[in-house]
Amino acid sequence: MSVLQEISSNVKNMKQLEYSALARRLKQIKEDLRQGVRKPFKEVIDVSWGDPHRGGMKPLTFVRQVLAACLYPQLLIDNKLPVDVRRRAQKLLDGCAGRSVGSYSATGGIPEILQRVSEFISRRDGGVPSDPENIFICCGSQWALTRILNVLVNAEAAFTTGVLAPASCHRTTTLSIEGLGGVVIPYYLSEEQGWELQVEELQRALESAEGACNPIALYVINPGNPAGHVQSRRSMQEVIRFASEKRLFLLADEVYQGCIYGEKEFVSYKRVLAEMGPPLSDTVELASFHSASKGFMGECGLRGGYVELVNLDPAVQKYIYNLFTTDSCAPLLGQIALDLMTNPPLPGDPSYFQFDQETQHIKSTVVKNVKKVCEAVNGLQGFSCQGVEGGAFAFPRIHLPAKAIQKAKDVGMQPDTFYCLKLLEEAGVLASPGSEFGQKEGTFHIRFCILIPHDVLEELLRRLTHFHSQFMKDFS
Amino acid sequence: MIFMKPLEAAQTSTLSSPGCSSRKVTENVATPPIMSSLAVNGVSCRGKVLTLDSMNPNVRRVEYAVRGPIVQRAVQIEKELREGVKKPFTEVIKANIGDAHAMGQQPITFFRQVLALCSYPDLLEDNKFPEDAKKRARRILDACGGHSIGAYSASQGIECIRQDVARYIEKRDGGIPSNPDNIYLSTGASDAIVTMLKLLVCGDGRDRTGVMISIPQYPLYSAALADLGAEQINYYLDEDKCWGLDVAELRRALNAAKQRCKPRVLCIINPGNPTGQVQSRECIEEVIRFAKEENLFLMADEVYQDNVYAKGCKFHSFKKVLFEMGPEYSDSLEMASFHSTSKCYMGECGFRGGYMEVLNMDPEVKAQLTKLVSERTAVLAALAEKARLTEEMFNTVPGITCNPVQGAMYTFPRITLPQKAITKAQEEGLVPDMLYCMKLLEEEGICLVPGSGFGQKEGTFHFRMTILPPTEKLKVVLQKIRDFHLRFTQEFS
Repeated sequence: MSVLQEISSNVKNMKQLEYSALARRLKQIKEDLRQGVRKPFKEVIDVSWGDPHRGGMKPLTFVRQVLAACLYPQLLIDNKLPVDVRRRAQKLLDGCAGRSVGSYSATGGIPEILQRVSEFISRRDGGVPSDPENIFICCGSQWALTRILNVLVNAEAAFTTGVLAPASCHRTTTLSIEGLGGVVIPYYLSEEQGWELQVEELQRALESAEGACNPIALYVINPGNPAGHVQSRRSMQEVIRFASEKRLFLLADEVYQGCIYGEKEFVSYKRVLAEMGPPLSDTVELASFHSASKGFMGECGLRGGYVELVNLDPAVQKYIYNLFTTDSCAPLLGQIALDLMTNPPLPGDPSYFQFDQETQHIKSTVVKNVKKVCEAVNGLQGFSCQGVEGGAFAFPRIHLPAKAIQKAKDVGMQPDTFYCLKLLEEAGVLASPGSEFGQKEGTFHIRFCILIPHDVLEELLRRLTHFHSQFMKDFS
Repeated sequence: MIFMKPLEAAQTSTLSSPGCSSRKVTENVATPPIMSSLAVNGVSCRGKVLTLDSMNPNVRRVEYAVRGPIVQRAVQIEKELREGVKKPFTEVIKANIGDAHAMGQQPITFFRQVLALCSYPDLLEDNKFPEDAKKRARRILDACGGHSIGAYSASQGIECIRQDVARYIEKRDGGIPSNPDNIYLSTGASDAIVTMLKLLVCGDGRDRTGVMISIPQYPLYSAALADLGAEQINYYLDEDKCWGLDVAELRRALNAAKQRCKPRVLCIINPGNPTGQVQSRECIEEVIRFAKEENLFLMADEVYQDNVYAKGCKFHSFKKVLFEMGPEYSDSLEMASFHSTSKCYMGECGFRGGYMEVLNMDPEVKAQLTKLVSERTAVLAALAEKARLTEEMFNTVPGITCNPVQGAMYTFPRITLPQKAITKAQEEGLVPDMLYCMKLLEEEGICLVPGSGFGQKEGTFHFRMTILPPTEKLKVVLQKIRDFHLRFTQEFS
């Protein structure tokens, strides 16, 4: 009898991803194309990931030059690399044991990098102090989130631990909660009000959990994923007051803070909290997460993320530190990516001009994309899109005809998964179905990445528009 | 806002004010306490949501000695030295962690060239880079989303890399096939080990999964088992037989454990950490037979497979031995074996590269290969020499006995401590070998890890030291430890 027949029930309880069916089909289609099978498209546009490089965006030159020089210090002797690149690489190597990125670092991260990250946070937050001792660099922000959840979720308690999270939430977060033996308490963002987070809805969600679990934390993601909303200050204050009143630990996922397109500005939960003054500013327990994977850098593969802990019980924080020690440390390349993200070239530096050009280009591309997407989608029957204020995705709603919904049921699929599968097969576009993330009963959505080159987006929209019109006709 | 420094938060006081239930408050160094203003404002005090009582109790049991209190103290001392504080030494020698580059080992040139090319592909135009490095880089970039190492990969790891790993394993094991689909790339071997354990730990009460692990062990295992709330089943390696593994001991441990849990996993570290022993082929066969008999999942931690020095010792991969035992075993025994870029001659710890396999030459090219092989050989030879030196030196000290360092990169000598020292330690609430190591750190600036961090037979004491420092420095370290040990014994006689 296989030992593996008995496995952890927590793992068994993690729901299977909708994505798997689409991923399998994608693999087949890619193979077909490689073998020269004729299809209505020459290549697949895969926008199911929040991954700018995969989508065709270019890495920032300064970042890659510094990385190369850190990896292969022979390049420091070379005059081909700009002087600020070489200087930065030297400085970073000085912070590495044995001057090598192949050494372990201190648990939370290289101290000099933690110091610079804390200074970045303070600058960002208009001077609110940030202490490097409260920052832990990890192998990606999701890894850090899982670690913090590990401390919050008490699988041994009589009552299951509950974590409030958006009903439409990217799967890694909900999987982490379930995998640790916790339960997700979903709250719905108000789609008609631009995916606004309304505190009455938080109240309702909390009440629904009464007697079913022990709510300990509230997870918010701002800017959002999959919905691309940016919270207003007022909304954030309400969330903070709610967390305080209801005694909830606040988990603020802010990895998309670098992706802002509209008029709304990003302000961090930490800043809003500080500005609310005591007693809230001294008592609300907060963990905020950031990453080198999003924003203009888009270095998802380098695995660089961090968590900043605010107002934690020092005795508990000591145990959190212990927990992090078992990971040894975050990958050095990820730490370096964070350093570069938080300390880019400044005006006057030799690399500044190119850096600025590259980031401005990315920014204007995405702003253009957002506009185009909303125009295109809102111009189609059975398709509507709230404004994308931030984040990496568009999350339009598809108003599926009854026939399509029935057909999907007949083949045993979620209706929007069915839509996405057909979109992939007929138009060569891979988007993610809303059912992957959760959504209000009876509504359907698709999510696709908009951090892609403009010409790719135009092609995507061309194919999507054509497909959608046909789909609606076929199932009317 | 309260900014707490966890490492310095050693003092606690209990504050009691009107309207507040008394609770512990840690002295904050940076900002004045705010509790009084809360009481004055009449706002009700609010206890924290996340406290020692409400947090996951399993996390409180997690300890990882390799980065534990002694290392934290070492970091403080280094800070003090930087600030100009006078000490009996000018630098702290960190012989606690298996980090080769930190100790001066040079990275392998070819590897760094490929990595540089992958990270900044403009360098593909640079004629200072050799063709084979460029070819390898292009191959890797072709397999990355958007031709960038900044793209996410599939969770299991980039396919062409898994294919390369499979080929490596096949070569190592004399042609026994390896399927890339059975290979999972991970953030260091530790990540894969924890993932596997996460999968296997289940059940409640007496049905709770029991995991067998050696004593002494690498403390990631005990930490992970504590975190997962699994039952740890200790089997003792025999110090008198050069840390050999006796199946009778496995049987004893298993049978005793059946009372309180359901044993399902057997973990073995070969070559050993902290002990450095390399198990014989016979031993490996016996372990495989035992695992099959008792229906255990075998986890073979083989990250030190390229670190074997002692004459007559050879690394035998569990997979190879398994297949050579025939289909009765190779078709049924469930196993995961782990490897890493952090150890061996590469020593690339900072990259956090590892994998697990779940079961079941043109004259220019030759020149590169020769160069590579020679770099590799030089590194291993140096380690072998240091291993020998260490064993010799420690065995000359009365009160220290040291088994031969056959492999890995550590020595785990046994120290005899005078009774007075043991008593003193108990008075201070310390484990005796922790007292020993703390004194060594404070007096000589040498950072080791106490044996209690790895587990040891009751009443015995050890420390773990890496043999990575450059030879000249290592000699100095060995002498200092010798002198310290004699002083210590004298002081507590």
